[in-house]
Amino acid sequence: MAIELKMPALSPTMEEGKLARWLVKEGDEVASGDILAEIETDKATMEFEAVDEGTVGKILVAEGTEGVKVGTVIAVLAGEGEDASAISAPAPKSEAAEAQSDASQNKPADTGTAQLVADVQTKKDPEVPHGTNMKTSTVREALRDAMAEEMRRDDRVFVMGEEVAEYQGAYKVTQGLLEEFGAQRVIDTPITEYGFAGIGTGAAMGGLRPVIEFMTFNFAMQAIDHIINSAAKTNYMSGGQMRCPIVFRGPNGAAARVGAQHSQNYGPWYANVPGLVVIAPYDASDAKGLLKAAIRSDDPVVFLENELVYGRSFELPELDDHVLPIGKARIMREGKDVTIVSYSIGVGLALEAAEQLAGEGIDAEVIDLRTLRPLDKETVLASLAKTNRMVVAEEGFPVCSIASEIIAICMEDGFDDLDAPVVRVCNEDVPLPYAANLEKLALIDTPRIVEAVRKVCYR
Amino acid sequence: MPKAKIDAESGAAPAVTPAQDEDFALHSLQEALAADRRYTPNKEELLNLYEQMVLIRRFEERAGQLYGLGLIGGFCHLYIGQEAVAVGLQSALDSNRDSVITGYRDHGHMLAYGIDPKVIMAELTGREAGISRGKGGSMHMFSVEHKFYGGHGIVGAQVSLGAGLAFAHKYREDGGVAMAYFGDGAANQGQVYESFNMAALWKLPIIFVIENNGYAMGTAVKRGSAETHFYRRGTAFRIPGMQVDGMDVLEVRKAAEVALEYVRAGNGPVLMELNTYRYRGHSMSDPAKYRSREEVQDVREKRDPIEHVKQDLAALGVDEAALKEIDKRVRAQVAESADFAESSPEPAPSELYTDVLVERY
Repeated sequence: MAIELKMPALSPTMEEGKLARWLVKEGDEVASGDILAEIETDKATMEFEAVDEGTVGKILVAEGTEGVKVGTVIAVLAGEGEDASAISAPAPKSEAAEAQSDASQNKPADTGTAQLVADVQTKKDPEVPHGTNMKTSTVREALRDAMAEEMRRDDRVFVMGEEVAEYQGAYKVTQGLLEEFGAQRVIDTPITEYGFAGIGTGAAMGGLRPVIEFMTFNFAMQAIDHIINSAAKTNYMSGGQMRCPIVFRGPNGAAARVGAQHSQNYGPWYANVPGLVVIAPYDASDAKGLLKAAIRSDDPVVFLENELVYGRSFELPELDDHVLPIGKARIMREGKDVTIVSYSIGVGLALEAAEQLAGEGIDAEVIDLRTLRPLDKETVLASLAKTNRMVVAEEGFPVCSIASEIIAICMEDGFDDLDAPVVRVCNEDVPLPYAANLEKLALIDTPRIVEAVRKVCYR
Repeated sequence: MPKAKIDAESGAAPAVTPAQDEDFALHSLQEALAADRRYTPNKEELLNLYEQMVLIRRFEERAGQLYGLGLIGGFCHLYIGQEAVAVGLQSALDSNRDSVITGYRDHGHMLAYGIDPKVIMAELTGREAGISRGKGGSMHMFSVEHKFYGGHGIVGAQVSLGAGLAFAHKYREDGGVAMAYFGDGAANQGQVYESFNMAALWKLPIIFVIENNGYAMGTAVKRGSAETHFYRRGTAFRIPGMQVDGMDVLEVRKAAEVALEYVRAGNGPVLMELNTYRYRGHSMSDPAKYRSREEVQDVREKRDPIEHVKQDLAALGVDEAALKEIDKRVRAQVAESADFAESSPEPAPSELYTDVLVERY
């Protein structure tokens, strides 16, 4: 029986890739372990190996094809005793048959994290000067460019972390930095978060400007003592003598199907600590403008990125020096009926919810906090004064969350403006489960935000 | 390839001639010290060391009294008994380029660095005039001006931070060496070994100084450490170790010179264990029931670092009268700093919200 070779998922977040090169041609015999093709993901070029023995029958996706979805049949292999040349492309399946087979096969859209990535574009930030040319950039490239620009500008800036140099970044955020700046300034560390967070903090105290990459913020728990006790508190404890201008950055929040230990949003943890600046951008423009601001800041900054957004493309202003203000929220969409406050990956969902709600006659304003500490209370309260209703959407645990804080602010300083209780929409209050269906249940999604908005609008 | 040979090839001259032994580098510094154990000071230098040690002792005794009177609060860790360590090591450093970092038992190191006792004592009493403007306290004091980077309250944190200071020296190529002090207790923290690994891997200019005073709070070294010879603990990272009598300021000084020569030549870190003893409890609230009075008394009588210097001074022909003169001067200085610390105002309430962040956002 002919074997279908499907586009493989080569990383937890991969949804599509480029079929870069075929290493076999039709009619070739292959054995298990032979390399069939090279596939490029947004992070790396991977080799695709044969699992079964057979003869390459038909190549269905030509090399060089971009955007090949995971699960697409890319070739057909003839098994023993079959005539490879007689094999033709599989006939399109009926919808029912597809649904049945997909239930047991790779289909990323069924997992919870797919529901986190909204297919929305963001409007131009009013901070960007009128008439500025815009280009398309992924968040990943924007972050890399921010670091590169600041390293060119200030030779005290260096990047340190696991796999940041020769490997070009575990998530390819530091791609190309080693080549431009050399091993003195782009430094691979051993796997030793506590140690290198301390070394970075000490180097900042000694007058340098370190950018410390955590492969993910889940691993920064090993290092949290230095972030909080050493970096955040020293300026205060020294009566303002000892600065610690350091950036701790890396992906934060749920990734795709990586389970509880690799899927947590630490925004509320760090935002709890006086002495830290905490930034969690959503789109490419904010990622770049705020990372540059973070590197220039004289304060220690925790810069929370999101792996699921790295590969997303947004409009990025083409400015020589695109630096945005820390501590300012951004109104992503103006509206008059209700305010949805969010940050990081939740912003996309909030925008998607707002679009849906517009169809129901509810005009939602969407605020991206961007900086979690210091929090821009003014923008939140001004919006509340306008709309009188608020929902907070947060990809993270609900208890003691940023949402909790926003609700407290509304109670303390915006009570008279409230026409309904503020509602929070967060992940479920459980460690993130692995099973695709449970993950889907546990994570925030657009329908839940829409439902909460209807509730606060009494609709 | 033998380690000694690698060092030779790196272009930096080892402190002593390399041997064929693969592990030569690990004990070469110890051998260099053994061959010539004590620094030979002139009379003026030795008097200066004596005065610094006496200043630390009298200062700490006074701090203990002020604690008893309720003028100093919280945790307060005294350095009495360990004076020769900070004084001996720091006398060998170049204060224009070298940096120092330590844990919470930090008063002595600051005094050894020539920082004004008044602002240290005023910090202990939590006053505006304190070196951290009253907001740090005993465990959190810093002087960037003197390249003294604290004063850290979390056991072992200063080891990674110190490696970071060394990283900055190397990055800037300023010729400086970082000295990171920590205790026998901190030596069991995981981050110490993470830092050893990177410091050796990157040949950072740092001297790791373990002040082995015999007790990690109330736990005797042998009850908490599988390897009680702490100078050996760098072996797994190819860091040469030195075991030094921390009660003899001249041996400490000599050891510092041997280590500095090696580190400044670009060979990477040195791990130095200084065997010392604290006469008081771990902190002011520790009754020190885990050891006998006799044990403490024995050290006081036989190994006291200040008495040791007195003997050396006598050998150089310094008479009692000259020492009395110093003692008197130090007592006056400490009394003045205590008065200052008691009479200075507390920080203004408006200081509560200052220096949380450097910038305004």
